[in-house]
Amino acid sequence: MIPPRSTPPPSLPPPGVEKMRAEGLSAWFGQKRALKDITLPLVEHKVTAVIGPSGCGKSTFIRCLNRMHEVVPGARSEGQVLLDGASIFGREVDPVRVRRRVGMVFQKPNPFPAMSVRDNVLAGLRLSGITPPDPNRLAEEVLRQAALWDDVKDALDLPGGALSGGQQQRLCIARCLALEPEVVLMDEPCSSLDPVATAKIEDLIHELRERYTIVIVTHSMQQAARVSDYTAFFYVGELVEYDEADVIFTKPSDPRTEDYITGRFG
Amino acid sequence: MRAELDAAYSGRTLAARAATAASCVAVAIAMVPLLAILLYVAQRGLGALSWSFFTRLPNPVGESGGGMANAIVGTLELVGLASLMGIPVGIAAGLFLAEYRTTMLTRVVRFSADVLAGVPSIIVGVVVYATVVVRMQHFSTLAGALALAVLMLPLVARTTDELARTVPDSLREAALALGASRWRIAIHVVLRTAGPGIRAGCMLAVARVCGETAPLLFTAFNNRFWNESLGDPTSSLQVQIFTYTMSPYDDWHAQAWAAALVLVAIVVVLNLAARRVLRGPKAA
Repeated sequence: MIPPRSTPPPSLPPPGVEKMRAEGLSAWFGQKRALKDITLPLVEHKVTAVIGPSGCGKSTFIRCLNRMHEVVPGARSEGQVLLDGASIFGREVDPVRVRRRVGMVFQKPNPFPAMSVRDNVLAGLRLSGITPPDPNRLAEEVLRQAALWDDVKDALDLPGGALSGGQQQRLCIARCLALEPEVVLMDEPCSSLDPVATAKIEDLIHELRERYTIVIVTHSMQQAARVSDYTAFFYVGELVEYDEADVIFTKPSDPRTEDYITGRFG
Repeated sequence: MRAELDAAYSGRTLAARAATAASCVAVAIAMVPLLAILLYVAQRGLGALSWSFFTRLPNPVGESGGGMANAIVGTLELVGLASLMGIPVGIAAGLFLAEYRTTMLTRVVRFSADVLAGVPSIIVGVVVYATVVVRMQHFSTLAGALALAVLMLPLVARTTDELARTVPDSLREAALALGASRWRIAIHVVLRTAGPGIRAGCMLAVARVCGETAPLLFTAFNNRFWNESLGDPTSSLQVQIFTYTMSPYDDWHAQAWAAALVLVAIVVVLNLAARRVLRGPKAA
């Protein structure tokens, strides 16, 4: 058993603009505490990876960032999450608006099976009651951004479930991008995909960084090392270490981080 | 060891064959009443069917001939109106049950729907008689349709509930993360995903009330002529079959068989339509 730290881990002042920030964030499922006092900055136009063994709270953490944590029955949180300096938990803040600014891609590709590929891309807008002026152009533009256009340009009317797993996941990314979010949260987006599809998504993440701020949860350390600028290591609900990815993977300062990235546990 | 395994395997093969055979026999037994009804009704009804059956009103007692045009239209009117009332409310209630699973109200509504589904249809008829017919002081098409709608309501609600709950939560999460509100998720994601099944469930509910006679006896009553408005009593195939079968006239008996055949045909067509709808989009 590793003794709990007495002081929160230092969060470096990152070079660049801070897009989001968790401040003393804790989360519970009923009586069970899943996150303990997390303070973590998320830098604009950078990829921040959250790594750690299963059950360390990394998914719970990113679900707090777009208020998806609170939709689980019995779940609650304390502390602050700031988006452009303003709290997303304020009384006057509508979670629906937060989720439009902070999009999310899930572990398992979840396109809407009853909708065509095109309708899936536009689903976010339609579900918000918005009819885009030129839906076909928007769909093409977003599918290109998600590096899926060439795969599906002749299959726009097929149901979303007819695509391969990797294509479905890129469709979900496109669906998220269609809402023009500022931050994109990805919860183990490649864990159900084969290596080729994984490589495509990783390339995509590299490109998307220019337009979006990205937070990716992964339990693959290689993936975190490949795609991220900053890496945060979580362990049993605590943030153990946060630093530039190079530093985390070459000279981590906490022995627990070192044990994890060298494969001694987790 | 090897011999034991072989022995066990041949035993299991035998058991599997026996089970298959037993299932086939059970299917055959279940088919007998269905085929018997269809064939018997067709045999007795076809002879009495004629063009005038579909186009003419019933003749006065003692005169042979005449038709049931008003009853056919009446049945379609009653069932159509009942569907207009029962299906939207039933689907909305079913979506509520599926989307708000943990509230106290959900349990109360679900329990009520189950009880309502088990209430004998004649009791629904009596209640509509006491609350609507007595107050309006006359029988009416509207009252009959209302009684049928009440019978459809729990069927549609529970089918929608069951099917909506088979829609994976991952889709609700996806929609929620796209910034959708609960009611839009219910309509655009849940209803759309479960759509084919719910449509089929509605068709089956329609088919079921097509055959209901008891609740119509003292709500829509009967009418020897065309009903002039929805406030008038109306004839229906169900009640005509009942009335004509109870009569002492051979001519009316024959007409009752013809009416039975037409009613069965309506139900069969609706069931086939429901099956088509159920199969259609799923194949994609």
